[in-house]
Amino acid sequence: MHPDFELISRLRSGDERAFTVLVERYHEPMLALAASFVPNRAVAEEVVQDTWLAALRGLDAFEGRSTLKTWLFRILVNRARSTGSKEQRSIPVADPEPAVDPSRFGGDGGWADPPEHWIEAAERRMEAGKLAGQVRVWIDDLPARQREVVLLRDVEGMSSEDVCAVLALTEGNQRVLLHRGRSRLRQLLENELREVR
Amino acid sequence: MKLLRRRDLVCQQAVELVTDYLEDKLSPRARRRFEAHLAGCPHCTEYLAQMRETIRLAGRVEPEDLTPQARDEIVDLYRRWRSGQSGQE
Repeated sequence: MHPDFELISRLRSGDERAFTVLVERYHEPMLALAASFVPNRAVAEEVVQDTWLAALRGLDAFEGRSTLKTWLFRILVNRARSTGSKEQRSIPVADPEPAVDPSRFGGDGGWADPPEHWIEAAERRMEAGKLAGQVRVWIDDLPARQREVVLLRDVEGMSSEDVCAVLALTEGNQRVLLHRGRSRLRQLLENELREVR
Repeated sequence: MKLLRRRDLVCQQAVELVTDYLEDKLSPRARRRFEAHLAGCPHCTEYLAQMRETIRLAGRVEPEDLTPQARDEIVDLYRRWRSGQSGQE
């Protein structure tokens, strides 16, 4: 049986607690994603509210072919896209963007300025609660399309298949955006933690 | 420094393959080539470990807490939707 069906039937039967669970789980992640498509937080809030309403109205049509989460996020992205995009969204996948600044490699393509160790430092700062907020800010500052993919894949832990469905991306483009977003984050971590040592 | 064979990857190429590698999207041949590069390159091995760590750290970013007011507002939507529904029945 579909793991979401119990929740769905509770929602249909008017179980407010079931709805609250859903809101607590997905409201903020949906806001974070919506913010990527619309000009400001207030509009993002509206889009997410609209999404909840649309989801409730569409509950009977939910067939369980995707998870409830993927279904919700798809509604959100469709609404957010039609509400208005805040930046030019069509070109970026085609633009080359190296994972690492080319000046860090020598003429033979080998590292001239190799990556510095920072993994242990990152773990310590994460444990101390001093890194998660910063990582969140960096993710929010990624170019919109990279941010969307990184949020869904790495923060939300969705599968690539679900992310492609939610964002209407080809698998290849999804991977390019993921690669660039993660590469940028890695560089930001290196910059940040190198200064600490 | 060992001599490069023409088929060998250089570091600048290897870092661009990291995501395809982690997503298991390299062909078996490309995968062997990538792993052969890693075996001889501590810097790229470190780089791959850092990309894995980057993913782990992103996974530990918690969504901001929903304020009780925001939650109540949305739950109120649900109540109104419910009452609208029962009105139709």
